[in-house]
Amino acid sequence: MSQQIPGLPDMTYIDREKRTFLDQIYFWEITRGILITTKHFFRNMAKWLTFRKGGVVILYPEEMRPDYSQNNRGRHILVQRSDGSPRCVACKMCATNCPAECITIVAEESDDSNIQKRPKVFEIDVSRCIFCGFCVEACPVDAIRMAPTTEELAGYNRFRMIYDKKTLMTWKPTVNDDVVHGYNP
Amino acid sequence: MPEYTLPDNIITTKLDQFIGWARSYSLWQYVFGTACCAMEFMSVSASHYDTDRFGAAMPRYSPRQADMLMIVGTITHKQAPVLRRIWEQMSDPKYVIAVGACAVSGGFYRNYATVQGADRIIPVDVYVPGCPPRPEMILDGIMALQDKIRKTKQVL
Repeated sequence: MSQQIPGLPDMTYIDREKRTFLDQIYFWEITRGILITTKHFFRNMAKWLTFRKGGVVILYPEEMRPDYSQNNRGRHILVQRSDGSPRCVACKMCATNCPAECITIVAEESDDSNIQKRPKVFEIDVSRCIFCGFCVEACPVDAIRMAPTTEELAGYNRFRMIYDKKTLMTWKPTVNDDVVHGYNP
Repeated sequence: MPEYTLPDNIITTKLDQFIGWARSYSLWQYVFGTACCAMEFMSVSASHYDTDRFGAAMPRYSPRQADMLMIVGTITHKQAPVLRRIWEQMSDPKYVIAVGACAVSGGFYRNYATVQGADRIIPVDVYVPGCPPRPEMILDGIMALQDKIRKTKQVL
Protein backbone atom coordinates (compact mmCIF):
# COMPACT_ATOMS: atom_id res chain seq x y z
CA MET A 1 0.00 0.00 0.00
CA SER A 2 1.42 3.33 -0.94
CA GLN A 3 0.34 6.64 0.47
CA GLN A 4 1.00 10.30 -0.10
CA ILE A 5 2.12 12.22 2.94
CA PRO A 6 0.88 15.82 2.90
CA GLY A 7 3.53 18.49 3.32
CA LEU A 8 6.31 16.32 1.94
CA PRO A 9 7.43 16.32 -1.68
CA ASP A 10 5.51 14.32 -4.20
CA MET A 11 6.76 10.87 -3.33
CA THR A 12 5.13 7.57 -2.58
CA TYR A 13 5.96 5.79 0.62
CA ILE A 14 5.69 2.03 0.85
CA ASP A 15 3.77 0.51 3.73
CA ARG A 16 3.62 -3.10 4.74
CA GLU A 17 0.87 -4.93 2.91
CA LYS A 18 -2.20 -5.69 4.95
CA ARG A 19 -3.04 -9.33 5.34
CA THR A 20 -6.32 -10.52 4.02
CA PHE A 21 -8.43 -13.17 5.65
CA LEU A 22 -7.12 -15.74 3.16
CA ASP A 23 -3.54 -14.98 4.19
CA GLN A 24 -4.37 -15.17 7.87
CA ILE A 25 -5.80 -18.64 7.87
CA TYR A 26 -2.58 -19.82 6.11
CA PHE A 27 -4.35 -22.76 4.53
CA TRP A 28 -4.37 -21.38 1.00
CA GLU A 29 -0.72 -20.28 1.18
CA ILE A 30 0.43 -23.71 2.36
CA THR A 31 -1.59 -25.34 -0.42
CA ARG A 32 -0.05 -22.96 -2.94
CA GLY A 33 3.46 -23.93 -1.83
CA ILE A 34 2.68 -27.61 -2.10
CA LEU A 35 1.16 -27.03 -5.55
CA ILE A 36 4.37 -25.36 -6.80
CA THR A 37 6.46 -28.28 -5.51
CA THR A 38 4.09 -30.78 -7.09
CA LYS A 39 4.11 -28.88 -10.38
CA HIS A 40 7.90 -29.05 -10.56
CA PHE A 41 7.86 -32.71 -9.60
CA PHE A 42 5.50 -33.67 -12.40
CA ARG A 43 7.24 -31.44 -14.92
CA ASN A 44 10.62 -33.01 -14.17
CA MET A 45 9.02 -36.44 -14.22
CA ALA A 46 7.55 -35.77 -17.65
CA LYS A 47 10.94 -34.65 -18.93
CA TRP A 48 12.59 -37.71 -17.50
CA LEU A 49 9.99 -40.07 -18.99
CA THR A 50 10.39 -38.55 -22.46
CA PHE A 51 14.24 -38.78 -22.30
CA ARG A 52 14.74 -35.02 -22.43
CA LYS A 53 17.73 -33.32 -20.85
CA GLY A 54 17.58 -31.16 -17.78
CA GLY A 55 14.79 -33.05 -16.13
CA VAL A 56 16.28 -34.32 -12.95
CA VAL A 57 20.06 -34.26 -12.63
CA ILE A 58 22.61 -33.10 -15.18
CA LEU A 59 24.92 -36.09 -15.42
CA TYR A 60 27.87 -33.79 -16.04
CA PRO A 61 30.74 -35.82 -17.47
CA GLU A 62 28.35 -37.47 -19.93
CA GLU A 63 26.07 -34.55 -20.74
CA MET A 64 26.10 -30.78 -20.51
CA ARG A 65 23.39 -28.39 -19.48
CA PRO A 66 20.89 -27.83 -22.30
CA ASP A 67 20.59 -24.12 -21.43
CA TYR A 68 24.31 -23.41 -21.51
CA SER A 69 25.00 -19.91 -22.79
CA GLN A 70 27.03 -19.48 -25.96
CA ASN A 71 28.50 -16.32 -24.43
CA ASN A 72 30.00 -18.25 -21.57
CA ARG A 73 33.57 -17.28 -20.84
CA GLY A 74 35.64 -20.43 -20.67
CA ARG A 75 39.30 -20.80 -21.49
CA HIS A 76 41.12 -18.46 -23.84
CA ILE A 77 41.75 -19.03 -27.50
CA LEU A 78 44.26 -17.32 -29.74
CA VAL A 79 42.59 -16.92 -33.12
CA GLN A 80 44.72 -17.98 -36.07
CA ARG A 81 45.15 -16.62 -39.53
CA SER A 82 44.57 -18.90 -42.47
CA ASP A 83 48.29 -19.83 -42.53
CA GLY A 84 48.24 -20.92 -38.91
CA SER A 85 50.06 -17.99 -37.33
CA PRO A 86 48.32 -16.16 -34.49
CA ARG A 87 46.37 -13.03 -35.33
CA CYS A 88 47.91 -11.27 -32.36
CA VAL A 89 50.00 -8.21 -33.20
CA ALA A 90 51.55 -7.97 -29.71
CA CYS A 91 50.09 -4.55 -28.91
CA LYS A 92 49.79 -5.57 -25.24
CA MET A 93 46.38 -3.98 -24.85
CA CYS A 94 44.99 -7.13 -23.23
CA ALA A 95 47.92 -7.32 -20.82
CA THR A 96 47.37 -3.68 -19.87
CA ASN A 97 43.65 -4.13 -19.42
CA CYS A 98 43.90 -7.37 -17.45
CA PRO A 99 42.80 -6.79 -13.83
CA ALA A 100 44.65 -9.86 -12.63
CA GLU A 101 47.79 -9.00 -14.64
CA CYS A 102 48.07 -12.59 -15.77
CA ILE A 103 48.98 -12.07 -19.44
CA THR A 104 52.65 -11.99 -20.42
CA ILE A 105 53.56 -10.92 -23.95
CA VAL A 106 57.01 -10.63 -25.46
CA ALA A 107 56.95 -9.08 -28.93
CA GLU A 108 59.27 -9.70 -31.81
CA GLU A 109 59.56 -8.40 -35.34
CA SER A 110 57.42 -10.15 -37.90
CA ASP A 111 58.67 -11.56 -41.17
CA ASP A 112 55.63 -10.27 -43.01
CA SER A 113 56.10 -6.66 -44.10
CA ASN A 114 52.39 -5.90 -43.66
CA ILE A 115 52.47 -6.86 -40.00
CA GLN A 116 54.76 -5.00 -37.66
CA LYS A 117 54.96 -7.25 -34.64
CA ARG A 118 54.03 -10.73 -33.55
CA PRO A 119 54.12 -12.37 -30.12
CA LYS A 120 57.21 -14.36 -29.33
CA VAL A 121 55.81 -15.37 -25.95
CA PHE A 122 52.11 -15.25 -25.14
CA GLU A 123 51.32 -16.71 -21.76
CA ILE A 124 48.15 -16.62 -19.70
CA ASP A 125 48.41 -17.66 -16.08
CA VAL A 126 45.07 -19.43 -15.77
CA SER A 127 45.49 -19.85 -12.03
CA ARG A 128 45.32 -16.06 -11.65
CA CYS A 129 42.88 -15.33 -14.48
CA ILE A 130 39.42 -14.31 -13.35
CA PHE A 131 37.72 -14.95 -16.71
CA CYS A 132 36.28 -11.45 -16.94
CA GLY A 133 36.62 -11.19 -20.73
CA PHE A 134 38.30 -7.77 -20.64
CA CYS A 135 41.15 -9.05 -22.82
CA VAL A 136 38.62 -10.06 -25.47
CA GLU A 137 37.00 -6.65 -25.31
CA ALA A 138 40.32 -4.81 -25.46
CA CYS A 139 41.75 -6.66 -28.46
CA PRO A 140 41.73 -4.40 -31.55
CA VAL A 141 42.28 -7.22 -34.06
CA ASP A 142 39.94 -9.85 -32.58
CA ALA A 143 42.87 -12.13 -31.84
CA ILE A 144 41.71 -13.51 -28.51
CA ARG A 145 38.42 -15.15 -27.77
CA MET A 146 37.03 -17.42 -25.13
CA ALA A 147 35.59 -20.88 -25.62
CA PRO A 148 31.92 -21.22 -24.70
CA THR A 149 32.44 -24.59 -23.06
CA THR A 150 34.20 -25.19 -19.78
CA GLU A 151 37.41 -26.94 -20.48
CA GLU A 152 39.05 -29.20 -17.97
CA LEU A 153 41.06 -26.57 -16.16
CA ALA A 154 41.43 -28.39 -12.85
CA GLY A 155 44.95 -29.61 -12.25
CA TYR A 156 47.36 -30.98 -9.71
CA ASN A 157 50.04 -28.31 -9.99
CA ARG A 158 49.29 -24.62 -10.16
CA PHE A 159 52.63 -23.76 -11.72
CA ARG A 160 51.72 -25.83 -14.75
CA MET A 161 48.58 -23.78 -15.31
CA ILE A 162 50.47 -21.15 -17.30
CA TYR A 163 49.14 -21.65 -20.82
CA ASP A 164 51.62 -20.83 -23.55
CA LYS A 165 50.99 -19.87 -27.16
CA LYS A 166 50.84 -23.46 -28.39
CA THR A 167 48.23 -24.49 -25.84
CA LEU A 168 46.10 -21.42 -26.48
CA MET A 169 46.04 -22.07 -30.24
CA THR A 170 44.77 -25.65 -30.09
CA TRP A 171 41.11 -24.70 -30.34
CA LYS A 172 40.34 -23.33 -33.78
CA PRO A 173 37.30 -21.17 -34.31
CA THR A 174 36.57 -20.54 -37.97
CA VAL A 175 37.59 -16.97 -38.67
CA ASN A 176 36.53 -16.44 -42.24
CA ASP A 177 32.96 -17.60 -41.73
CA ASP A 178 30.25 -15.26 -40.68
CA VAL A 179 29.53 -17.45 -37.71
CA VAL A 180 31.41 -16.18 -34.68
CA HIS A 181 32.54 -18.84 -32.31
CA GLY A 182 33.48 -18.08 -28.77
CA TYR A 183 32.86 -15.12 -26.50
CA ASN A 184 33.25 -11.99 -28.58
CA PRO A 185 31.23 -8.99 -27.42
CA MET B 1 48.14 -80.32 -11.43
CA PRO B 2 44.73 -79.10 -12.58
CA GLU B 3 44.34 -75.41 -13.34
CA TYR B 4 42.07 -73.74 -10.87
CA THR B 5 40.08 -70.70 -11.91
CA LEU B 6 37.77 -68.62 -9.82
CA PRO B 7 34.13 -68.41 -10.85
CA ASP B 8 32.95 -65.27 -12.58
CA ASN B 9 31.14 -63.81 -9.61
CA ILE B 10 34.35 -63.37 -7.63
CA ILE B 11 36.44 -60.28 -8.30
CA THR B 12 40.07 -60.20 -7.27
CA THR B 13 41.93 -56.97 -6.57
CA LYS B 14 44.79 -55.57 -4.60
CA LEU B 15 44.11 -54.27 -1.12
CA ASP B 16 45.62 -50.94 -2.09
CA GLN B 17 43.31 -50.52 -5.07
CA PHE B 18 40.30 -51.62 -3.07
CA ILE B 19 40.94 -49.10 -0.33
CA GLY B 20 41.59 -46.41 -2.92
CA TRP B 21 38.31 -47.21 -4.65
CA ALA B 22 36.47 -47.07 -1.34
CA ARG B 23 38.09 -43.82 -0.26
CA SER B 24 37.55 -42.11 -3.59
CA TYR B 25 33.79 -42.56 -3.31
CA SER B 26 33.38 -41.46 0.29
CA LEU B 27 34.73 -37.93 0.26
CA TRP B 28 33.04 -36.25 3.16
CA GLN B 29 33.82 -32.63 2.79
CA TYR B 30 34.46 -29.70 5.02
CA VAL B 31 33.69 -26.50 3.16
CA PHE B 32 35.93 -23.65 4.23
CA GLY B 33 33.88 -20.98 2.51
CA THR B 34 35.29 -17.52 3.01
CA ALA B 35 34.19 -15.57 -0.03
CA CYS B 36 31.97 -15.42 -3.08
CA CYS B 37 33.00 -18.83 -4.44
CA ALA B 38 30.95 -20.30 -1.59
CA MET B 39 27.85 -18.98 -3.35
CA GLU B 40 28.87 -21.00 -6.40
CA PHE B 41 29.43 -23.98 -4.16
CA MET B 42 25.74 -23.87 -3.20
CA SER B 43 24.95 -24.37 -6.85
CA VAL B 44 27.29 -27.35 -7.01
CA SER B 45 25.82 -29.06 -3.98
CA ALA B 46 22.25 -28.45 -5.11
CA SER B 47 20.21 -31.03 -6.92
CA HIS B 48 21.06 -30.11 -10.52
CA TYR B 49 24.73 -31.05 -10.18
CA ASP B 50 24.24 -33.92 -7.82
CA THR B 51 27.60 -34.39 -6.09
CA ASP B 52 26.20 -37.50 -4.43
CA ARG B 53 27.02 -39.24 -7.70
CA PHE B 54 30.68 -38.90 -6.70
CA GLY B 55 30.04 -39.68 -3.05
CA ALA B 56 30.98 -36.13 -2.12
CA ALA B 57 27.64 -34.70 -1.10
CA MET B 58 27.94 -34.86 2.66
CA PRO B 59 29.19 -31.57 4.07
CA ARG B 60 30.36 -32.06 7.64
CA TYR B 61 30.28 -29.21 10.07
CA SER B 62 33.23 -30.48 12.03
CA PRO B 63 36.64 -30.96 10.41
CA ARG B 64 37.22 -34.02 12.58
CA GLN B 65 34.66 -35.96 10.57
CA ALA B 66 35.74 -34.77 7.14
CA ASP B 67 38.04 -36.29 4.50
CA MET B 68 38.20 -33.47 2.01
CA LEU B 69 38.83 -29.83 2.82
CA MET B 70 37.48 -27.48 0.19
CA ILE B 71 39.02 -24.03 0.40
CA VAL B 72 36.35 -21.92 -1.25
CA GLY B 73 37.37 -18.31 -1.25
CA THR B 74 40.04 -15.78 -0.46
CA ILE B 75 42.51 -16.62 2.29
CA THR B 76 43.68 -13.49 4.03
CA HIS B 77 46.65 -13.43 6.34
CA LYS B 78 44.30 -13.14 9.30
CA GLN B 79 42.41 -16.21 8.10
CA ALA B 80 45.54 -18.29 7.50
CA PRO B 81 46.08 -19.59 11.07
CA VAL B 82 42.43 -20.61 11.20
CA LEU B 83 42.80 -22.59 7.97
CA ARG B 84 45.98 -24.22 9.23
CA ARG B 85 44.30 -25.22 12.47
CA ILE B 86 41.27 -26.68 10.70
CA TRP B 87 43.55 -28.72 8.47
CA GLU B 88 45.43 -30.01 11.52
CA GLN B 89 42.15 -31.01 13.16
CA MET B 90 41.20 -33.24 10.24
CA SER B 91 42.06 -36.92 10.61
CA ASP B 92 44.09 -38.81 8.03
CA PRO B 93 43.58 -39.49 5.16
CA LYS B 94 42.82 -35.90 4.28
CA TYR B 95 42.64 -34.25 0.91
CA VAL B 96 42.50 -30.59 -0.01
CA ILE B 97 40.88 -28.90 -3.01
CA ALA B 98 41.51 -25.21 -3.65
CA VAL B 99 38.51 -23.75 -5.47
CA GLY B 100 38.67 -20.38 -7.18
CA ALA B 101 41.44 -18.09 -8.31
CA CYS B 102 41.99 -16.61 -4.84
CA ALA B 103 42.54 -19.96 -3.16
CA VAL B 104 44.68 -21.26 -6.02
CA SER B 105 47.10 -18.37 -6.37
CA GLY B 106 45.70 -15.27 -4.72
CA GLY B 107 43.90 -14.30 -7.90
CA PHE B 108 43.89 -10.63 -8.65
CA TYR B 109 44.33 -9.76 -4.98
CA ARG B 110 48.05 -9.33 -5.46
CA ASN B 111 48.45 -7.34 -2.24
CA TYR B 112 49.74 -7.47 1.31
CA ALA B 113 46.49 -8.68 2.84
CA THR B 114 45.99 -11.88 0.86
CA VAL B 115 47.87 -15.15 1.04
CA GLN B 116 49.20 -15.82 -2.46
CA GLY B 117 47.74 -19.27 -2.78
CA ALA B 118 46.43 -21.64 -0.13
CA ASP B 119 49.40 -23.96 -0.66
CA ARG B 120 51.56 -21.52 1.27
CA ILE B 121 49.64 -22.63 4.35
CA ILE B 122 48.68 -26.26 3.75
CA PRO B 123 49.40 -28.82 1.01
CA VAL B 124 46.80 -28.74 -1.76
CA ASP B 125 45.96 -31.76 -3.92
CA VAL B 126 43.78 -30.31 -6.67
CA TYR B 127 43.54 -26.74 -7.93
CA VAL B 128 40.37 -25.50 -9.62
CA PRO B 129 40.89 -22.06 -11.22
CA GLY B 130 38.11 -19.69 -12.19
CA CYS B 131 36.43 -16.70 -10.65
CA PRO B 132 34.23 -18.35 -9.60
CA PRO B 133 34.65 -21.69 -11.33
CA ARG B 134 31.57 -23.07 -13.00
CA PRO B 135 29.94 -26.04 -11.26
CA GLU B 136 31.25 -28.29 -14.03
CA MET B 137 34.80 -27.23 -13.26
CA ILE B 138 34.37 -28.02 -9.56
CA LEU B 139 33.02 -31.45 -10.54
CA ASP B 140 36.12 -31.83 -12.74
CA GLY B 141 38.21 -31.06 -9.68
CA ILE B 142 36.41 -33.68 -7.60
CA MET B 143 36.94 -36.24 -10.36
CA ALA B 144 40.62 -35.32 -10.59
CA LEU B 145 40.94 -35.84 -6.85
CA GLN B 146 39.25 -39.24 -7.17
CA ASP B 147 41.79 -40.21 -9.83
CA LYS B 148 44.60 -39.09 -7.58
CA ILE B 149 43.26 -41.07 -4.61
CA ARG B 150 42.93 -44.22 -6.72
CA LYS B 151 46.47 -43.94 -8.06
CA THR B 152 48.36 -43.06 -4.90
CA LYS B 153 49.52 -45.59 -2.36
CA GLN B 154 47.09 -45.73 0.51
CA VAL B 155 48.24 -44.97 4.03
CA LEU B 156 46.61 -47.36 6.44
